[in-house]
Amino acid sequence: MVVAFAIIRRRSLIATVMLSSFFSLLMAGTFVLLDAVDVAFAEAAVGAGITTVLLLSALAITSSVEVQPLKSHWLALVLTLATAGVLFYGVSDLPAFGDAAAPAQRHVAPRYLERAELETGIPNVVTAVLASYRGFDTLGELTVVLTAGVGVMLLMTPGVRRRKKPGEADE
Amino acid sequence: MNTQHLIVRVVSKLLIPLILLFGLYVQFHGETGPGGGFQAGVIFAAGFILYALVFGPEPARRVAPEWLVSTLMALGVLLYFGTGAASFFFGANFLEYGVLGADFVAGQKMGIFLVELGVGMTVSAVMVAIYLAFAEVEG
Repeated sequence: MVVAFAIIRRRSLIATVMLSSFFSLLMAGTFVLLDAVDVAFAEAAVGAGITTVLLLSALAITSSVEVQPLKSHWLALVLTLATAGVLFYGVSDLPAFGDAAAPAQRHVAPRYLERAELETGIPNVVTAVLASYRGFDTLGELTVVLTAGVGVMLLMTPGVRRRKKPGEADE
Repeated sequence: MNTQHLIVRVVSKLLIPLILLFGLYVQFHGETGPGGGFQAGVIFAAGFILYALVFGPEPARRVAPEWLVSTLMALGVLLYFGTGAASFFFGANFLEYGVLGADFVAGQKMGIFLVELGVGMTVSAVMVAIYLAFAEVEG
Protein backbone atom coordinates (compact mmCIF):
# COMPACT_ATOMS: atom_id res chain seq x y z
CA MET A 1 0.00 0.00 0.00
CA VAL A 2 2.73 2.46 1.00
CA VAL A 3 4.64 1.70 -2.19
CA ALA A 4 1.48 2.08 -4.28
CA PHE A 5 0.81 5.56 -2.85
CA ALA A 6 4.44 6.52 -3.39
CA ILE A 7 4.10 5.40 -7.03
CA ILE A 8 1.07 7.65 -7.52
CA ARG A 9 2.65 10.69 -5.83
CA ARG A 10 5.96 10.68 -7.76
CA ARG A 11 6.22 13.10 -10.66
CA SER A 12 9.57 11.76 -11.84
CA LEU A 13 8.84 8.76 -14.02
CA ILE A 14 12.22 7.14 -13.32
CA ALA A 15 11.38 7.04 -9.61
CA THR A 16 7.98 5.61 -10.50
CA VAL A 17 9.57 2.84 -12.56
CA MET A 18 12.01 1.96 -9.79
CA LEU A 19 9.21 1.92 -7.21
CA SER A 20 7.02 -0.34 -9.33
CA SER A 21 9.99 -2.66 -9.77
CA PHE A 22 10.32 -2.72 -5.99
CA PHE A 23 6.59 -3.41 -5.74
CA SER A 24 7.01 -6.40 -8.08
CA LEU A 25 9.79 -7.72 -5.89
CA LEU A 26 7.55 -7.41 -2.83
CA MET A 27 4.79 -9.25 -4.70
CA ALA A 28 7.25 -12.00 -5.62
CA GLY A 29 8.09 -12.35 -1.93
CA THR A 30 4.39 -12.55 -1.13
CA PHE A 31 3.90 -15.29 -3.72
CA VAL A 32 6.74 -17.28 -2.17
CA LEU A 33 5.06 -16.94 1.23
CA LEU A 34 1.83 -18.21 -0.36
CA ASP A 35 3.73 -21.26 -1.72
CA ALA A 36 3.23 -20.17 -5.34
CA VAL A 37 6.86 -20.49 -6.33
CA ASP A 38 6.19 -20.67 -10.07
CA VAL A 39 4.27 -17.39 -10.05
CA ALA A 40 6.92 -15.80 -7.84
CA PHE A 41 9.57 -16.80 -10.37
CA ALA A 42 7.66 -15.18 -13.22
CA GLU A 43 6.88 -12.06 -11.19
CA ALA A 44 10.48 -11.54 -10.09
CA ALA A 45 11.90 -12.06 -13.57
CA VAL A 46 9.24 -10.23 -15.61
CA GLY A 47 7.92 -7.62 -13.19
CA ALA A 48 11.05 -6.67 -11.32
CA GLY A 49 13.55 -7.41 -14.06
CA ILE A 50 12.56 -7.09 -17.68
CA THR A 51 9.63 -4.69 -17.33
CA THR A 52 11.84 -2.25 -15.46
CA VAL A 53 14.51 -2.37 -18.13
CA LEU A 54 11.93 -1.97 -20.91
CA LEU A 55 10.24 0.98 -19.20
CA LEU A 56 13.59 2.64 -18.56
CA SER A 57 14.63 2.26 -22.18
CA ALA A 58 11.26 3.64 -23.25
CA LEU A 59 11.90 6.62 -20.95
CA ALA A 60 15.28 7.14 -22.59
CA ILE A 61 13.47 7.60 -25.92
CA THR A 62 10.70 9.84 -24.57
CA SER A 63 10.58 12.34 -21.71
CA SER A 64 11.11 11.27 -18.12
CA VAL A 65 8.87 13.84 -16.40
CA GLU A 66 5.15 13.27 -16.11
CA VAL A 67 3.04 16.06 -17.61
CA GLN A 68 1.03 17.89 -14.97
CA PRO A 69 -2.67 17.60 -15.83
CA LEU A 70 -4.32 21.00 -16.37
CA LYS A 71 -7.43 20.36 -14.28
CA SER A 72 -8.51 17.62 -11.92
CA HIS A 73 -11.27 15.34 -13.12
CA TRP A 74 -13.88 14.89 -10.42
CA LEU A 75 -15.82 12.46 -12.58
CA ALA A 76 -12.74 10.23 -12.80
CA LEU A 77 -12.39 10.23 -9.01
CA VAL A 78 -16.05 9.35 -8.52
CA LEU A 79 -15.83 6.59 -11.14
CA THR A 80 -12.67 5.15 -9.54
CA LEU A 81 -14.21 5.16 -6.07
CA ALA A 82 -17.40 3.55 -7.40
CA THR A 83 -15.43 0.80 -9.15
CA ALA A 84 -13.38 0.22 -6.01
CA GLY A 85 -16.59 0.04 -3.97
CA VAL A 86 -18.10 -2.56 -6.32
CA LEU A 87 -14.89 -4.60 -6.24
CA PHE A 88 -14.71 -4.54 -2.44
CA TYR A 89 -18.38 -5.52 -2.28
CA GLY A 90 -17.56 -8.48 -4.55
CA VAL A 91 -14.54 -9.44 -2.44
CA SER A 92 -16.73 -9.56 0.68
CA ASP A 93 -18.66 -12.39 -0.98
CA LEU A 94 -15.56 -14.53 -1.63
CA PRO A 95 -14.95 -17.54 0.61
CA ALA A 96 -12.45 -17.05 3.42
CA PHE A 97 -8.76 -17.54 2.55
CA GLY A 98 -7.81 -21.21 2.77
CA ASP A 99 -11.41 -22.32 3.18
CA ALA A 100 -11.50 -26.06 2.35
CA ALA A 101 -15.10 -25.82 1.13
CA ALA A 102 -14.35 -23.06 -1.39
CA PRO A 103 -15.23 -23.92 -5.01
CA ALA A 104 -11.59 -23.45 -6.04
CA GLN A 105 -10.58 -26.31 -3.73
CA ARG A 106 -13.41 -28.67 -4.66
CA HIS A 107 -13.86 -28.44 -8.43
CA VAL A 108 -10.95 -29.87 -10.44
CA ALA A 109 -8.07 -29.02 -8.12
CA PRO A 110 -8.17 -32.23 -6.00
CA ARG A 111 -8.19 -34.37 -9.12
CA TYR A 112 -5.16 -32.52 -10.52
CA LEU A 113 -3.31 -32.84 -7.23
CA GLU A 114 -4.07 -36.54 -6.88
CA ARG A 115 -3.75 -37.71 -10.45
CA ALA A 116 -1.39 -35.30 -12.24
CA GLU A 117 1.79 -37.18 -11.40
CA LEU A 118 0.24 -40.56 -12.25
CA GLU A 119 -1.21 -39.36 -15.53
CA THR A 120 1.66 -37.24 -16.82
CA GLY A 121 4.66 -38.59 -14.90
CA ILE A 122 5.59 -35.06 -13.91
CA PRO A 123 5.98 -34.14 -10.23
CA ASN A 124 5.41 -30.40 -10.69
CA VAL A 125 1.62 -30.10 -10.82
CA VAL A 126 1.78 -26.51 -12.10
CA THR A 127 3.75 -27.59 -15.17
CA ALA A 128 1.48 -30.59 -15.71
CA VAL A 129 -1.67 -28.46 -15.62
CA LEU A 130 -0.16 -25.69 -17.72
CA ALA A 131 1.29 -27.80 -20.49
CA SER A 132 -1.02 -30.81 -20.57
CA TYR A 133 -4.46 -30.29 -19.06
CA ARG A 134 -4.58 -26.67 -20.15
CA GLY A 135 -2.46 -27.04 -23.26
CA PHE A 136 -4.81 -25.05 -25.43
CA ASP A 137 -4.71 -22.05 -23.10
CA THR A 138 -0.94 -22.06 -23.03
CA LEU A 139 -0.80 -22.24 -26.81
CA GLY A 140 -3.04 -19.19 -26.95
CA GLU A 141 -0.85 -17.34 -24.44
CA LEU A 142 2.24 -18.17 -26.45
CA THR A 143 0.59 -16.80 -29.57
CA VAL A 144 -0.18 -13.60 -27.68
CA VAL A 145 3.50 -13.30 -26.72
CA LEU A 146 4.53 -13.86 -30.34
CA THR A 147 2.04 -11.27 -31.56
CA ALA A 148 3.36 -8.74 -29.05
CA GLY A 149 6.91 -9.37 -30.21
CA VAL A 150 6.02 -9.08 -33.88
CA GLY A 151 4.07 -5.88 -33.19
CA VAL A 152 6.95 -4.22 -31.33
CA MET A 153 9.42 -5.28 -34.00
CA LEU A 154 7.23 -3.85 -36.75
CA LEU A 155 6.78 -0.59 -34.89
CA MET A 156 10.31 -0.05 -33.61
CA THR A 157 12.80 -1.71 -35.95
CA PRO A 158 14.03 0.68 -38.63
CA GLY A 159 15.39 -2.27 -40.64
CA VAL A 160 11.91 -3.60 -41.30
CA ARG A 161 10.84 -0.29 -42.75
CA ARG A 162 13.93 -0.07 -44.93
CA ARG A 163 13.34 -3.52 -46.31
CA LYS A 164 9.76 -2.65 -47.18
CA LYS A 165 10.66 0.31 -49.35
CA PRO A 166 12.41 -1.54 -52.21
CA GLY A 167 9.49 -3.99 -52.29
CA GLU A 168 7.06 -1.14 -52.68
CA ALA A 169 9.19 0.40 -55.40
CA ASP A 170 9.09 -2.88 -57.34
CA GLU A 171 5.31 -2.91 -57.50
CA MET B 1 28.87 3.23 -21.13
CA ASN B 2 31.24 0.88 -22.90
CA THR B 3 34.55 2.06 -21.49
CA GLN B 4 33.47 3.02 -17.97
CA HIS B 5 31.86 1.14 -15.09
CA LEU B 6 34.64 -1.40 -14.60
CA ILE B 7 32.97 -3.03 -11.59
CA VAL B 8 29.64 -3.40 -13.38
CA ARG B 9 31.39 -4.97 -16.37
CA VAL B 10 33.40 -7.44 -14.33
CA VAL B 11 30.51 -8.45 -12.07
CA SER B 12 28.08 -8.85 -14.95
CA LYS B 13 30.67 -10.92 -16.85
CA LEU B 14 30.70 -13.23 -13.84
CA LEU B 15 26.94 -13.23 -13.46
CA ILE B 16 25.73 -13.60 -17.05
CA PRO B 17 26.92 -17.21 -17.57
CA LEU B 18 25.32 -18.18 -14.27
CA ILE B 19 22.02 -16.49 -15.22
CA LEU B 20 21.99 -18.21 -18.62
CA LEU B 21 22.84 -21.55 -16.99
CA PHE B 22 20.09 -21.03 -14.41
CA GLY B 23 17.64 -20.25 -17.21
CA LEU B 24 18.52 -23.51 -18.93
CA TYR B 25 18.24 -25.34 -15.60
CA VAL B 26 14.75 -23.93 -15.04
CA GLN B 27 13.85 -24.91 -18.61
CA PHE B 28 14.93 -28.54 -18.40
CA HIS B 29 14.18 -29.04 -14.72
CA GLY B 30 10.78 -27.35 -14.80
CA GLU B 31 8.99 -30.69 -14.62
CA THR B 32 10.44 -31.57 -11.23
CA GLY B 33 11.25 -28.20 -9.68
CA PRO B 34 9.52 -24.86 -9.80
CA GLY B 35 9.51 -23.07 -13.13
CA GLY B 36 8.90 -24.01 -16.71
CA GLY B 37 9.24 -22.70 -20.20
CA PHE B 38 7.91 -19.23 -19.53
CA GLN B 39 10.08 -18.52 -16.49
CA ALA B 40 13.11 -20.08 -18.14
CA GLY B 41 12.66 -17.99 -21.26
CA VAL B 42 12.38 -14.82 -19.22
CA ILE B 43 15.45 -15.62 -17.09
CA PHE B 44 17.49 -16.50 -20.18
CA ALA B 45 16.38 -13.27 -21.84
CA ALA B 46 17.18 -11.32 -18.67
CA GLY B 47 20.75 -12.59 -18.75
CA PHE B 48 21.04 -11.59 -22.38
CA ILE B 49 19.49 -8.17 -21.77
CA LEU B 50 21.97 -7.59 -18.93
CA TYR B 51 24.74 -8.20 -21.45
CA ALA B 52 23.13 -5.76 -23.87
CA LEU B 53 22.73 -3.17 -21.10
CA VAL B 54 26.35 -3.32 -20.00
CA PHE B 55 28.12 -3.75 -23.34
CA GLY B 56 25.67 -1.92 -25.58
CA PRO B 57 23.24 -3.19 -28.21
CA GLU B 58 25.81 -3.63 -31.02
CA PRO B 59 27.74 -6.62 -29.59
CA ALA B 60 24.44 -8.07 -28.40
CA ARG B 61 23.06 -7.78 -31.91
CA ARG B 62 26.11 -9.66 -33.20
CA VAL B 63 25.23 -12.58 -30.92
CA ALA B 64 21.50 -12.43 -31.71
CA PRO B 65 21.01 -11.04 -35.22
CA GLU B 66 17.51 -10.14 -36.22
CA TRP B 67 16.96 -13.17 -38.45
CA LEU B 68 17.91 -15.51 -35.58
CA VAL B 69 15.64 -13.82 -33.04
CA SER B 70 12.63 -13.63 -35.31
CA THR B 71 13.15 -17.23 -36.48
CA LEU B 72 13.30 -18.45 -32.89
CA MET B 73 10.16 -16.50 -32.05
CA ALA B 74 8.16 -18.24 -34.74
CA LEU B 75 9.88 -21.59 -34.27
CA GLY B 76 8.78 -21.82 -30.63
CA VAL B 77 5.11 -21.43 -31.49
CA LEU B 78 5.56 -23.84 -34.39
CA LEU B 79 7.15 -26.40 -32.07
CA TYR B 80 4.21 -26.10 -29.68
CA PHE B 81 1.67 -26.29 -32.47
CA GLY B 82 3.62 -29.07 -34.18
CA THR B 83 3.62 -31.15 -30.99
CA GLY B 84 -0.13 -30.76 -30.86
CA ALA B 85 -0.47 -31.60 -34.53
CA ALA B 86 1.83 -34.63 -34.13
CA SER B 87 -0.43 -36.15 -31.48
CA PHE B 88 -3.30 -35.36 -33.81
CA PHE B 89 -1.67 -37.41 -36.58
CA PHE B 90 -0.83 -40.27 -34.20
CA GLY B 91 -4.53 -40.75 -33.72
CA ALA B 92 -5.32 -38.77 -30.58
CA ASN B 93 -6.87 -35.36 -30.06
CA PHE B 94 -4.94 -32.15 -30.69
CA LEU B 95 -2.38 -31.61 -27.88
CA GLU B 96 -3.11 -35.01 -26.35
CA TYR B 97 0.49 -36.13 -25.83
CA GLY B 98 -0.21 -39.64 -24.55
CA VAL B 99 0.41 -41.19 -27.96
CA LEU B 100 3.83 -39.62 -28.52
CA GLY B 101 5.79 -42.09 -26.37
CA ALA B 102 6.01 -45.81 -25.78
CA ASP B 103 3.26 -45.63 -23.17
CA PHE B 104 0.86 -42.93 -22.05
CA VAL B 105 3.04 -41.42 -19.30
CA ALA B 106 6.18 -41.37 -21.47
CA GLY B 107 4.19 -39.68 -24.20
CA GLN B 108 2.93 -37.05 -21.76
CA LYS B 109 6.50 -36.40 -20.58
CA MET B 110 7.74 -36.06 -24.15
CA GLY B 111 4.88 -33.78 -25.14
CA ILE B 112 5.27 -31.51 -22.13
CA PHE B 113 9.03 -31.32 -22.67
CA LEU B 114 8.61 -30.27 -26.31
CA VAL B 115 5.85 -27.81 -25.52
CA GLU B 116 7.84 -26.18 -22.72
CA LEU B 117 10.84 -25.94 -25.03
CA GLY B 118 8.67 -24.12 -27.54
CA VAL B 119 7.38 -21.75 -24.86
CA GLY B 120 10.92 -21.02 -23.66
CA MET B 121 12.21 -20.33 -27.17
CA THR B 122 9.41 -17.95 -28.09
CA VAL B 123 9.36 -16.10 -24.78
CA SER B 124 13.11 -15.49 -24.60
CA ALA B 125 13.30 -14.51 -28.27
CA VAL B 126 10.40 -12.08 -27.93
CA MET B 127 11.88 -10.47 -24.81
CA VAL B 128 15.28 -10.04 -26.49
CA ALA B 129 13.62 -8.72 -29.65
CA ILE B 130 11.55 -6.14 -27.77
CA TYR B 131 14.54 -4.95 -25.73
CA LEU B 132 16.85 -4.68 -28.73
CA ALA B 133 14.17 -2.86 -30.72
CA PHE B 134 13.97 -0.23 -27.95
CA ALA B 135 17.72 -0.05 -27.40
CA GLU B 136 18.50 0.46 -31.07
CA VAL B 137 16.10 3.39 -31.36
CA GLU B 138 18.03 5.05 -28.51
CA GLY B 139 21.43 4.60 -30.12
